[in-house]
Amino acid sequence: MTTLPETTDRKLGLVIDLDICVGCHACVVSCKEWNTGGYGAPLSDQQPYGDEPVGTFLNRVHTFEVKPENGPARVVHFPKSCLHCEDAPCVTVCPTGASFKRSDDGIVLVNESSCIGCGLCAWACPYGAREMDGAEKVMKKCTLCVDRIYNENIPEEDRVPSCVRTCPAKARHFGDLNDPQSDVSMMVADRGGFDLMPEQGTKPVNKYLPPRPKQEDLDEPVNLASLAEPKATGFLGWLDDALTRIG
Amino acid sequence: MHPAASVIFFTVFSGAGFGLLILMGFATGSNATPSTAFLVVHFGLAFAMAVAGLVSSTFHLGHPERAWRALTQWRSSWLSREGVLAVLTLAVAGLYALLWVFFDKPIGLLGWISAVLALVTVYATGMIYAQIKAVQLWNRTLTPICYLLFSLAGGGLLFLMLHALFFGSAGSLLSSVAMVLLVVAWAVKIFWWISGDRIVPLSTTESATGLGKIGKTRLFEQPHTGSNYLMNEMGHHIARKHATKLRWISVGLGAVLPIILILIALPAPADALWLVLAVISHMAGMLTERWLFFAEAKHAVMTFYT
Ligand code: SF4
Ligand code: SF4
Repeated sequence: MTTLPETTDRKLGLVIDLDICVGCHACVVSCKEWNTGGYGAPLSDQQPYGDEPVGTFLNRVHTFEVKPENGPARVVHFPKSCLHCEDAPCVTVCPTGASFKRSDDGIVLVNESSCIGCGLCAWACPYGAREMDGAEKVMKKCTLCVDRIYNENIPEEDRVPSCVRTCPAKARHFGDLNDPQSDVSMMVADRGGFDLMPEQGTKPVNKYLPPRPKQEDLDEPVNLASLAEPKATGFLGWLDDALTRIG
Repeated sequence: MHPAASVIFFTVFSGAGFGLLILMGFATGSNATPSTAFLVVHFGLAFAMAVAGLVSSTFHLGHPERAWRALTQWRSSWLSREGVLAVLTLAVAGLYALLWVFFDKPIGLLGWISAVLALVTVYATGMIYAQIKAVQLWNRTLTPICYLLFSLAGGGLLFLMLHALFFGSAGSLLSSVAMVLLVVAWAVKIFWWISGDRIVPLSTTESATGLGKIGKTRLFEQPHTGSNYLMNEMGHHIARKHATKLRWISVGLGAVLPIILILIALPAPADALWLVLAVISHMAGMLTERWLFFAEAKHAVMTFYT
Protein backbone atom coordinates (compact mmCIF):
# COMPACT_ATOMS: atom_id res chain seq x y z
CA MET A 1 0.00 0.00 0.00
CA THR A 2 1.57 3.26 -1.01
CA THR A 3 -0.18 5.48 1.48
CA LEU A 4 2.09 6.49 4.34
CA PRO A 5 1.48 5.39 7.93
CA GLU A 6 0.21 8.26 10.13
CA THR A 7 2.97 7.61 12.63
CA THR A 8 5.46 4.85 13.18
CA ASP A 9 6.16 3.19 16.54
CA ARG A 10 9.88 3.60 16.13
CA LYS A 11 11.90 5.72 13.74
CA LEU A 12 14.98 3.71 12.96
CA GLY A 13 17.62 5.69 11.17
CA LEU A 14 21.20 6.84 10.91
CA VAL A 15 23.07 9.74 12.41
CA ILE A 16 26.07 10.74 10.34
CA ASP A 17 28.83 12.82 11.85
CA LEU A 18 30.31 15.17 9.25
CA ASP A 19 33.02 16.17 11.70
CA ILE A 20 34.38 12.65 11.83
CA CYS A 21 33.92 11.16 8.35
CA VAL A 22 37.33 10.87 6.72
CA GLY A 23 35.98 10.05 3.26
CA CYS A 24 37.48 6.57 3.07
CA HIS A 25 34.42 5.09 1.27
CA ALA A 26 34.59 1.94 3.42
CA CYS A 27 30.83 2.22 4.08
CA VAL A 28 30.18 2.40 0.32
CA VAL A 29 32.08 -0.82 -0.24
CA SER A 30 30.64 -2.70 2.72
CA CYS A 31 27.11 -1.60 1.79
CA LYS A 32 27.55 -2.88 -1.71
CA GLU A 33 29.12 -6.11 -0.48
CA TRP A 34 26.35 -6.88 2.01
CA ASN A 35 23.42 -5.82 -0.13
CA THR A 36 24.50 -7.46 -3.35
CA GLY A 37 24.05 -10.79 -1.61
CA GLY A 38 21.23 -9.95 0.78
CA TYR A 39 17.72 -8.61 0.37
CA GLY A 40 16.40 -8.75 -3.22
CA ALA A 41 18.22 -8.41 -6.52
CA PRO A 42 22.02 -8.05 -6.55
CA LEU A 43 23.56 -4.62 -7.04
CA SER A 44 24.89 -4.99 -10.56
CA ASP A 45 27.64 -3.16 -12.40
CA GLN A 46 27.63 -2.45 -16.11
CA GLN A 47 30.98 -2.50 -17.89
CA PRO A 48 32.90 -2.72 -14.61
CA TYR A 49 36.20 -2.97 -16.49
CA GLY A 50 35.10 -1.04 -19.57
CA ASP A 51 35.42 2.59 -20.63
CA GLU A 52 32.31 3.83 -18.86
CA PRO A 53 31.68 1.77 -15.76
CA VAL A 54 28.39 2.37 -13.93
CA GLY A 55 26.82 0.45 -11.10
CA THR A 56 24.12 0.45 -8.49
CA PHE A 57 25.03 1.78 -5.05
CA LEU A 58 22.78 2.43 -2.08
CA ASN A 59 25.26 4.67 -0.32
CA ARG A 60 27.70 7.13 -1.84
CA VAL A 61 30.20 9.56 -0.35
CA HIS A 62 30.43 13.02 -1.87
CA THR A 63 33.07 15.54 -0.89
CA PHE A 64 32.33 19.26 -0.58
CA GLU A 65 34.39 22.37 -0.06
CA VAL A 66 32.93 24.98 2.29
CA LYS A 67 34.29 28.51 2.29
CA PRO A 68 33.41 30.59 5.37
CA GLU A 69 33.26 34.41 5.10
CA ASN A 70 36.59 34.69 6.90
CA GLY A 71 39.09 31.95 7.31
CA PRO A 72 40.30 29.13 5.16
CA ALA A 73 38.04 26.79 3.17
CA ARG A 74 37.52 23.32 4.54
CA VAL A 75 36.74 19.97 3.04
CA VAL A 76 33.76 17.96 4.28
CA HIS A 77 33.15 14.32 3.33
CA PHE A 78 29.49 13.63 2.97
CA PRO A 79 28.01 10.10 2.97
CA LYS A 80 24.46 9.89 1.64
CA SER A 81 21.90 7.08 1.58
CA CYS A 82 18.11 6.89 2.01
CA LEU A 83 16.97 9.09 4.89
CA HIS A 84 13.80 7.02 5.52
CA CYS A 85 11.65 10.15 5.40
CA GLU A 86 8.48 10.42 7.47
CA ASP A 87 6.71 12.13 4.57
CA ALA A 88 8.38 10.03 1.91
CA PRO A 89 7.32 11.34 -1.52
CA CYS A 90 8.85 8.26 -3.15
CA VAL A 91 6.22 6.05 -1.51
CA THR A 92 3.07 7.94 -2.42
CA VAL A 93 3.95 8.26 -6.11
CA CYS A 94 4.45 4.51 -6.56
CA PRO A 95 1.65 3.14 -8.78
CA THR A 96 2.07 -0.52 -7.84
CA GLY A 97 2.36 -0.58 -4.07
CA ALA A 98 5.94 -1.84 -4.40
CA SER A 99 7.24 1.07 -2.32
CA PHE A 100 6.11 1.23 1.26
CA LYS A 101 6.99 2.57 4.69
CA ARG A 102 6.71 0.17 7.59
CA SER A 103 4.51 1.34 10.44
CA ASP A 104 6.47 -0.44 13.18
CA ASP A 105 9.99 0.84 12.53
CA GLY A 106 9.58 3.43 9.76
CA ILE A 107 11.91 1.71 7.29
CA VAL A 108 11.15 2.53 3.63
CA LEU A 109 11.40 -0.55 1.43
CA VAL A 110 10.69 -1.75 -2.11
CA ASN A 111 8.95 -5.04 -2.76
CA GLU A 112 10.93 -5.89 -5.86
CA SER A 113 8.57 -8.54 -7.19
CA SER A 114 5.83 -5.88 -7.55
CA CYS A 115 8.09 -3.15 -8.93
CA ILE A 116 7.49 -2.37 -12.61
CA GLY A 117 10.65 -0.27 -12.90
CA CYS A 118 8.84 2.93 -13.85
CA GLY A 119 11.43 5.07 -12.06
CA LEU A 120 8.88 7.57 -10.75
CA CYS A 121 9.96 7.09 -7.12
CA ALA A 122 13.55 7.98 -8.03
CA TRP A 123 12.25 11.20 -9.56
CA ALA A 124 10.21 11.94 -6.44
CA CYS A 125 13.17 11.55 -4.05
CA PRO A 126 15.00 14.88 -3.82
CA TYR A 127 18.08 13.19 -2.31
CA GLY A 128 18.92 10.72 -5.05
CA ALA A 129 18.57 7.80 -2.67
CA ARG A 130 17.01 5.40 -5.17
CA GLU A 131 18.72 3.82 -8.15
CA MET A 132 17.24 1.53 -10.77
CA ASP A 133 19.39 -1.55 -11.12
CA GLY A 134 20.81 -1.76 -14.63
CA ALA A 135 20.46 -5.54 -14.85
CA GLU A 136 17.31 -6.41 -12.88
CA LYS A 137 15.44 -3.21 -13.82
CA VAL A 138 13.90 -2.87 -10.37
CA MET A 139 14.32 -0.03 -7.91
CA LYS A 140 17.05 -0.45 -5.30
CA LYS A 141 17.47 1.56 -2.14
CA CYS A 142 18.93 1.41 1.37
CA THR A 143 16.99 -1.07 3.51
CA LEU A 144 18.77 -0.02 6.69
CA CYS A 145 20.08 -3.58 6.44
CA VAL A 146 16.74 -4.95 7.48
CA ASP A 147 18.27 -8.42 7.06
CA ARG A 148 20.96 -7.67 9.66
CA ILE A 149 19.33 -5.58 12.35
CA TYR A 150 16.77 -8.23 13.33
CA ASN A 151 18.95 -11.20 12.43
CA GLU A 152 19.42 -13.51 15.41
CA ASN A 153 21.80 -15.75 13.48
CA ILE A 154 24.61 -13.22 13.59
CA PRO A 155 26.48 -11.93 16.67
CA GLU A 156 24.71 -9.12 18.48
CA GLU A 157 27.37 -6.50 17.66
CA ASP A 158 26.74 -7.16 13.96
CA ARG A 159 23.01 -6.37 14.20
CA VAL A 160 23.45 -2.86 12.85
CA PRO A 161 23.57 -1.65 9.24
CA SER A 162 26.69 -2.76 7.42
CA CYS A 163 27.92 0.83 6.92
CA VAL A 164 27.68 1.55 10.64
CA ARG A 165 29.49 -1.67 11.54
CA THR A 166 32.27 -0.94 9.04
CA CYS A 167 33.02 2.76 9.50
CA PRO A 168 36.59 2.81 10.90
CA ALA A 169 36.18 6.36 12.19
CA LYS A 170 32.80 5.78 13.88
CA ALA A 171 31.16 8.53 11.87
CA ARG A 172 27.92 6.57 11.45
CA HIS A 173 25.45 5.68 14.19
CA PHE A 174 22.24 3.68 14.13
CA GLY A 175 19.26 3.80 16.48
CA ASP A 176 15.68 4.83 17.21
CA LEU A 177 15.26 8.53 16.61
CA ASN A 178 11.76 8.40 18.08
CA ASP A 179 13.14 7.61 21.53
CA PRO A 180 14.54 10.80 23.09
CA GLN A 181 16.69 8.67 25.43
CA SER A 182 18.45 6.73 22.67
CA ASP A 183 22.14 7.39 22.02
CA VAL A 184 21.39 8.72 18.56
CA SER A 185 18.70 11.13 19.78
CA MET A 186 20.99 12.45 22.51
CA MET A 187 23.78 12.92 20.01
CA VAL A 188 21.46 14.89 17.76
CA ALA A 189 20.28 17.07 20.68
CA ASP A 190 23.84 17.61 21.90
CA ARG A 191 25.48 18.44 18.60
CA GLY A 192 22.67 20.27 16.82
CA GLY A 193 21.88 17.51 14.32
CA PHE A 194 20.04 18.75 11.24
CA ASP A 195 17.86 17.66 8.30
CA LEU A 196 18.97 17.74 4.67
CA MET A 197 16.78 19.93 2.44
CA PRO A 198 14.17 20.68 5.12
CA GLU A 199 12.43 22.89 2.51
CA GLN A 200 11.39 19.81 0.54
CA GLY A 201 9.02 18.87 3.37
CA THR A 202 10.07 15.21 3.45
CA LYS A 203 10.84 15.13 7.20
CA PRO A 204 13.87 12.84 6.94
CA VAL A 205 14.53 10.52 9.89
CA ASN A 206 18.31 10.38 9.32
CA LYS A 207 20.17 13.30 10.84
CA TYR A 208 23.56 14.85 10.13
CA LEU A 209 25.89 16.29 12.76
CA PRO A 210 27.69 19.47 11.65
CA PRO A 211 31.48 19.75 11.43
CA ARG A 212 32.78 21.31 14.68
CA PRO A 213 34.05 24.89 14.38
CA LYS A 214 37.72 25.13 13.44
CA GLN A 215 40.31 27.10 15.40
CA GLU A 216 39.87 30.74 14.39
CA ASP A 217 43.45 31.94 15.12
CA LEU A 218 45.07 30.56 12.02
CA ASP A 219 45.33 33.80 10.01
CA GLU A 220 49.18 33.47 9.87
CA PRO A 221 49.82 30.51 7.59
CA VAL A 222 52.24 28.14 9.32
CA ASN A 223 55.44 27.62 7.31
CA LEU A 224 55.35 23.85 7.19
CA ALA A 225 58.35 23.58 4.83
CA SER A 226 60.71 25.01 7.46
CA LEU A 227 59.72 22.29 9.91
CA ALA A 228 60.83 19.67 7.45
CA GLU A 229 64.40 21.11 7.03
CA PRO A 230 66.86 18.57 8.41
CA LYS A 231 68.72 19.88 11.46
CA ALA A 232 72.36 18.88 11.41
CA THR A 233 74.09 17.87 14.68
CA GLY A 234 77.72 17.22 15.80
CA PHE A 235 80.53 18.39 13.56
CA LEU A 236 78.20 19.10 10.66
CA GLY A 237 76.04 21.15 13.00
CA TRP A 238 79.06 23.25 14.05
CA LEU A 239 80.05 23.66 10.38
CA ASP A 240 76.49 24.67 9.43
CA ASP A 241 76.36 27.28 12.24
CA ALA A 242 79.86 28.61 11.43
CA LEU A 243 79.16 28.96 7.72
CA THR A 244 75.79 30.61 8.42
CA ARG A 245 77.59 33.15 10.69
CA ILE A 246 80.20 33.99 8.04
CA GLY A 247 77.35 34.93 5.79
CA MET B 1 15.60 15.46 -16.71
CA HIS B 2 16.32 12.80 -19.29
CA PRO B 3 13.87 13.13 -22.22
CA ALA B 4 12.89 9.49 -22.87
CA ALA B 5 11.40 8.98 -26.34
CA SER B 6 8.76 6.52 -25.12
CA VAL B 7 7.38 8.99 -22.57
CA ILE B 8 7.44 11.91 -25.01
CA PHE B 9 5.55 9.86 -27.57
CA PHE B 10 3.11 8.64 -24.92
CA THR B 11 2.15 12.06 -23.56
CA VAL B 12 1.83 13.67 -27.00
CA PHE B 13 -0.12 10.92 -28.77
CA SER B 14 -2.41 9.81 -26.00
CA GLY B 15 -2.96 13.49 -25.18
CA ALA B 16 -4.21 14.21 -28.70
CA GLY B 17 -6.18 10.95 -28.86
CA PHE B 18 -7.98 11.71 -25.61
CA GLY B 19 -8.49 15.28 -26.84
CA LEU B 20 -10.34 13.92 -29.86
CA LEU B 21 -12.43 11.72 -27.57
CA ILE B 22 -13.31 14.74 -25.44
CA LEU B 23 -14.54 16.67 -28.48
CA MET B 24 -16.31 13.65 -29.95
CA GLY B 25 -18.02 12.94 -26.65
CA PHE B 26 -19.27 16.48 -26.23
CA ALA B 27 -20.08 17.13 -29.90
CA THR B 28 -21.90 13.89 -30.64
CA GLY B 29 -23.34 13.52 -27.15
CA SER B 30 -25.43 16.59 -27.79
CA ASN B 31 -26.16 16.17 -31.50
CA ALA B 32 -26.34 12.66 -32.91
CA THR B 33 -26.66 12.53 -36.69
CA PRO B 34 -23.35 11.43 -38.26
CA SER B 35 -22.86 8.44 -40.52
CA THR B 36 -21.37 5.10 -39.49
CA ALA B 37 -18.18 5.69 -41.47
CA PHE B 38 -17.75 9.05 -39.76
CA LEU B 39 -18.03 7.40 -36.36
CA VAL B 40 -15.70 4.53 -37.18
CA VAL B 41 -13.00 6.84 -38.47
CA HIS B 42 -13.28 9.36 -35.62
CA PHE B 43 -13.35 6.83 -32.82
CA GLY B 44 -10.82 4.67 -34.64
CA LEU B 45 -8.28 7.48 -34.86
CA ALA B 46 -8.85 8.59 -31.27
CA PHE B 47 -8.47 5.03 -29.99
CA ALA B 48 -5.44 4.33 -32.14
CA MET B 49 -3.61 7.41 -30.88
CA ALA B 50 -4.55 6.95 -27.24
CA VAL B 51 -3.67 3.25 -27.25
CA ALA B 52 -0.43 3.76 -29.20
CA GLY B 53 0.61 6.31 -26.60
CA LEU B 54 -0.28 4.04 -23.69
CA VAL B 55 1.55 1.08 -25.23
CA SER B 56 4.58 3.26 -25.87
CA SER B 57 4.62 4.27 -22.20
CA THR B 58 5.15 0.64 -21.21
CA PHE B 59 8.41 0.58 -23.22
CA HIS B 60 9.72 2.89 -20.55
CA LEU B 61 9.15 0.26 -17.85
CA GLY B 62 11.78 -2.12 -16.55
CA HIS B 63 9.09 -4.81 -16.17
CA PRO B 64 6.23 -4.17 -18.63
CA GLU B 65 4.83 -7.65 -17.91
CA ARG B 66 3.82 -6.38 -14.46
CA ALA B 67 2.20 -3.19 -15.80
CA TRP B 68 -1.25 -4.27 -14.59
CA ARG B 69 -0.02 -3.75 -11.02
CA ALA B 70 0.06 -0.03 -11.77
CA LEU B 71 -3.75 -0.01 -11.66
CA THR B 72 -3.86 -0.84 -7.94
CA GLN B 73 -2.71 2.28 -6.08
CA TRP B 74 -5.19 4.86 -7.38
CA ARG B 75 -5.87 6.03 -3.83
CA SER B 76 -2.42 7.60 -3.49
CA SER B 77 -0.59 7.63 -6.82
CA TRP B 78 -1.28 9.89 -9.81
CA LEU B 79 0.43 7.46 -12.16
CA SER B 80 -1.93 4.75 -11.00
CA ARG B 81 -4.93 7.09 -11.33
CA GLU B 82 -3.87 7.93 -14.85
CA GLY B 83 -3.77 4.24 -15.74
CA VAL B 84 -7.16 3.50 -14.21
CA LEU B 85 -8.78 6.55 -15.81
CA ALA B 86 -7.30 5.73 -19.22
CA VAL B 87 -8.73 2.21 -19.08
CA LEU B 88 -12.13 3.50 -17.90
CA THR B 89 -12.24 6.18 -20.59
CA LEU B 90 -11.45 3.70 -23.35
CA ALA B 91 -14.02 1.27 -21.96
CA VAL B 92 -16.85 3.83 -21.78
CA ALA B 93 -15.99 5.47 -25.10
CA GLY B 94 -15.64 2.02 -26.67
CA LEU B 95 -19.08 1.00 -25.41
CA TYR B 96 -20.54 4.27 -26.67
CA ALA B 97 -19.02 3.75 -30.13
CA LEU B 98 -19.98 0.05 -30.33
CA LEU B 99 -23.60 0.61 -29.36
CA TRP B 100 -23.83 3.35 -31.89
CA VAL B 101 -22.01 1.76 -34.82
CA PHE B 102 -23.37 -1.77 -34.52
CA PHE B 103 -26.76 -1.32 -32.86
CA ASP B 104 -27.55 2.19 -34.00
CA LYS B 105 -28.16 3.20 -30.40
CA PRO B 106 -26.38 6.48 -29.68
CA ILE B 107 -26.55 6.95 -25.92
CA GLY B 108 -25.64 10.61 -25.52
CA LEU B 109 -25.04 10.24 -21.81
CA LEU B 110 -22.24 7.72 -22.43
CA GLY B 111 -20.65 10.22 -24.81
CA TRP B 112 -20.70 12.91 -22.13
CA ILE B 113 -19.29 10.53 -19.54
CA SER B 114 -16.46 9.43 -21.84
CA ALA B 115 -15.63 13.06 -22.58
CA VAL B 116 -15.43 13.92 -18.89
CA LEU B 117 -13.36 10.82 -18.16
CA ALA B 118 -10.96 11.67 -20.99
CA LEU B 119 -10.56 15.18 -19.55
CA VAL B 120 -9.73 13.84 -16.11
CA THR B 121 -7.31 11.30 -17.62
CA VAL B 122 -5.31 14.03 -19.31
CA TYR B 123 -5.33 16.04 -16.08
CA ALA B 124 -3.93 12.99 -14.28
CA THR B 125 -1.15 12.68 -16.88
CA GLY B 126 -0.15 16.26 -16.11
CA MET B 127 -0.29 15.58 -12.37
CA ILE B 128 2.25 12.74 -12.66
CA TYR B 129 4.79 15.48 -13.34
CA ALA B 130 3.21 18.36 -11.44
CA GLN B 131 3.22 16.42 -8.16
CA ILE B 132 7.02 16.10 -8.11
CA LYS B 133 8.27 18.73 -5.73
CA ALA B 134 11.90 17.93 -6.48
CA VAL B 135 11.37 19.27 -10.03
CA GLN B 136 10.25 22.85 -9.48
CA LEU B 137 9.65 23.66 -13.13
CA TRP B 138 6.91 21.01 -13.19
CA ASN B 139 5.59 21.42 -9.66
CA ARG B 140 3.05 24.13 -10.59
CA THR B 141 -0.74 24.37 -10.97
CA LEU B 142 -0.30 25.44 -14.55
CA THR B 143 1.41 22.19 -15.59
CA PRO B 144 -1.69 19.96 -15.78
CA ILE B 145 -3.60 22.90 -17.31
CA CYS B 146 -1.04 23.01 -20.12
CA TYR B 147 -1.51 19.28 -20.68
CA LEU B 148 -5.29 19.73 -20.85
CA LEU B 149 -5.17 22.69 -23.21
CA PHE B 150 -2.73 20.92 -25.54
CA SER B 151 -4.92 17.86 -25.53
CA LEU B 152 -7.94 19.97 -26.53
CA ALA B 153 -5.97 21.83 -29.18
CA GLY B 154 -4.63 18.59 -30.68
CA GLY B 155 -8.08 17.00 -30.53
CA GLY B 156 -9.63 20.09 -32.12
CA LEU B 157 -7.21 20.00 -35.01
CA LEU B 158 -7.78 16.26 -35.58
CA PHE B 159 -11.55 16.80 -35.46
CA LEU B 160 -11.25 19.58 -38.02
CA MET B 161 -9.09 17.48 -40.33
CA LEU B 162 -11.48 14.52 -40.23
CA HIS B 163 -14.43 16.81 -40.79
CA ALA B 164 -12.81 18.26 -43.88
CA LEU B 165 -11.91 14.79 -45.16
CA PHE B 166 -15.54 13.72 -44.78
CA PHE B 167 -17.51 16.73 -45.82
CA GLY B 168 -15.04 18.35 -48.19
CA SER B 169 -14.85 21.51 -46.12
CA ALA B 170 -13.95 22.25 -42.57
CA GLY B 171 -16.42 25.05 -42.09
CA SER B 172 -15.66 28.40 -40.55
CA LEU B 173 -17.12 27.63 -37.13
CA LEU B 174 -15.02 24.53 -36.52
CA SER B 175 -11.96 26.24 -38.03
CA SER B 176 -12.35 29.15 -35.64
CA VAL B 177 -12.78 26.83 -32.67
CA ALA B 178 -9.62 24.93 -33.63
CA MET B 179 -7.65 28.14 -34.01
CA VAL B 180 -8.87 29.52 -30.69
CA LEU B 181 -7.90 26.27 -28.95
CA LEU B 182 -4.42 26.43 -30.48
CA VAL B 183 -3.88 30.06 -29.55
CA VAL B 184 -5.06 29.59 -25.97
CA ALA B 185 -2.96 26.46 -25.42
CA TRP B 186 0.24 27.98 -26.74
CA ALA B 187 -0.33 31.31 -24.99
CA VAL B 188 -0.60 29.49 -21.66
CA LYS B 189 2.45 27.43 -22.53
CA ILE B 190 4.48 30.56 -23.32
CA PHE B 191 3.41 31.97 -19.97
CA TRP B 192 4.50 28.68 -18.36
CA TRP B 193 7.92 29.06 -19.96
CA ILE B 194 8.36 32.69 -18.95
CA SER B 195 7.25 32.11 -15.37
CA GLY B 196 9.39 28.97 -15.26
CA ASP B 197 12.49 30.98 -16.19
CA ARG B 198 11.96 33.13 -13.09
CA ILE B 199 11.93 30.27 -10.60
CA VAL B 200 14.31 30.73 -7.69
CA PRO B 201 15.74 27.31 -6.75
CA LEU B 202 14.10 25.94 -3.62
CA SER B 203 17.07 23.77 -2.73
CA THR B 204 20.73 24.69 -3.07
CA THR B 205 23.98 22.85 -2.41
CA GLU B 206 24.00 24.77 0.90
CA SER B 207 20.55 23.53 1.98
CA ALA B 208 21.12 20.06 0.58
CA THR B 209 24.25 19.51 2.66
CA GLY B 210 23.30 21.75 5.59
CA LEU B 211 26.76 23.27 5.24
CA GLY B 212 25.34 26.67 4.28
CA LYS B 213 25.57 27.65 7.96
CA ILE B 214 29.35 27.55 7.60
CA GLY B 215 29.69 29.15 4.19
CA LYS B 216 29.50 28.88 0.46
CA THR B 217 29.51 25.21 -0.53
CA ARG B 218 30.60 23.53 -3.74
CA LEU B 219 31.29 19.99 -4.85
CA PHE B 220 34.96 19.14 -4.39
CA GLU B 221 34.89 15.52 -5.47
CA GLN B 222 32.15 13.37 -6.99
CA PRO B 223 31.40 10.10 -5.22
CA HIS B 224 32.92 8.24 -8.18
CA THR B 225 34.83 9.07 -11.34
CA GLY B 226 32.19 7.70 -13.73
CA SER B 227 28.52 8.42 -14.19
CA ASN B 228 25.55 6.81 -12.44
CA TYR B 229 21.80 6.25 -12.80
CA LEU B 230 20.98 9.51 -11.05
CA MET B 231 23.26 11.60 -13.23
CA ASN B 232 21.95 9.97 -16.41
CA GLU B 233 18.32 10.26 -15.39
CA MET B 234 18.24 13.62 -13.58
CA GLY B 235 21.40 15.32 -14.76
CA HIS B 236 20.32 15.91 -18.35
CA HIS B 237 19.98 19.62 -18.90
CA ILE B 238 19.91 21.55 -22.15
CA ALA B 239 21.82 24.82 -22.58
CA ARG B 240 19.64 27.93 -22.45
CA LYS B 241 20.60 29.12 -25.93
CA HIS B 242 19.53 25.84 -27.52
CA ALA B 243 16.36 25.77 -25.46
CA THR B 244 15.34 29.21 -26.70
CA LYS B 245 15.74 28.14 -30.33
CA LEU B 246 13.75 24.98 -29.74
CA ARG B 247 10.97 26.96 -28.08
CA TRP B 248 10.64 29.06 -31.22
CA ILE B 249 10.64 25.94 -33.39
CA SER B 250 7.95 24.31 -31.29
CA VAL B 251 5.70 27.39 -31.39
CA GLY B 252 6.28 27.73 -35.13
CA LEU B 253 5.43 24.12 -35.90
CA GLY B 254 2.85 23.65 -33.18
CA ALA B 255 0.84 26.86 -33.54
CA VAL B 256 1.86 29.31 -36.27
CA LEU B 257 2.10 26.93 -39.22
CA PRO B 258 -1.11 25.01 -38.36
CA ILE B 259 -3.03 28.30 -38.07
CA ILE B 260 -1.70 29.48 -41.43
CA LEU B 261 -2.70 26.14 -42.98
CA ILE B 262 -6.19 26.34 -41.45
CA LEU B 263 -6.58 29.81 -42.92
CA ILE B 264 -5.42 28.55 -46.34
CA ALA B 265 -7.83 25.62 -46.16
CA LEU B 266 -10.77 27.76 -45.09
CA PRO B 267 -11.84 29.27 -48.45
CA ALA B 268 -10.64 26.22 -50.42
CA PRO B 269 -13.28 23.50 -50.40
CA ALA B 270 -12.04 19.92 -50.69
CA ASP B 271 -8.61 20.85 -49.58
CA ALA B 272 -8.39 18.63 -46.57
CA LEU B 273 -4.77 18.04 -47.47
CA TRP B 274 -3.85 21.38 -45.92
CA LEU B 275 -5.35 20.22 -42.67
CA VAL B 276 -3.49 16.92 -42.79
CA LEU B 277 -0.32 18.99 -43.07
CA ALA B 278 -1.52 21.16 -40.18
CA VAL B 279 -1.93 18.07 -38.00
CA ILE B 280 1.53 16.74 -38.91
CA SER B 281 3.12 20.10 -38.21
CA HIS B 282 1.28 20.42 -34.91
CA MET B 283 2.40 16.98 -33.77
CA ALA B 284 6.02 17.81 -34.66
CA GLY B 285 5.71 21.02 -32.63
CA MET B 286 4.23 19.07 -29.72
CA LEU B 287 7.04 16.50 -29.77
CA THR B 288 9.54 19.38 -29.58
CA GLU B 289 7.59 21.00 -26.76
CA ARG B 290 7.47 17.72 -24.82
CA TRP B 291 11.17 17.08 -25.37
CA LEU B 292 11.88 20.50 -23.89
CA PHE B 293 9.49 19.82 -21.00
CA PHE B 294 11.95 17.18 -19.84
CA ALA B 295 15.24 18.61 -21.07
CA GLU B 296 14.67 22.00 -19.42
CA ALA B 297 13.65 20.58 -16.04
CA LYS B 298 16.20 20.55 -13.24
CA HIS B 299 16.04 18.08 -10.38
CA ALA B 300 16.92 18.96 -6.77
CA VAL B 301 19.32 16.02 -6.50
CA MET B 302 21.72 17.76 -8.85
CA THR B 303 22.59 20.17 -6.01
CA PHE B 304 24.64 17.26 -4.65
CA TYR B 305 26.56 17.11 -7.92
CA THR B 306 27.48 20.81 -8.36
S1 SF4 C 1 15.46 9.69 1.16
FE1 SF4 C 1 14.41 9.50 -0.80
S2 SF4 C 1 14.08 7.29 -1.06
FE2 SF4 C 1 14.53 7.63 1.10
S3 SF4 C 1 12.50 7.88 2.07
FE3 SF4 C 1 13.26 9.94 1.60
S4 SF4 C 1 12.36 10.38 -0.40
FE4 SF4 C 1 12.21 8.15 -0.13
S1 SF4 D 1 10.09 2.06 -9.86
FE1 SF4 D 1 9.04 0.43 -8.71
S2 SF4 D 1 9.05 1.15 -6.58
FE2 SF4 D 1 9.50 2.93 -7.89
S3 SF4 D 1 7.51 3.92 -8.26
FE3 SF4 D 1 7.88 2.49 -9.99
S4 SF4 D 1 6.88 0.58 -9.34
FE4 SF4 D 1 7.11 1.83 -7.48
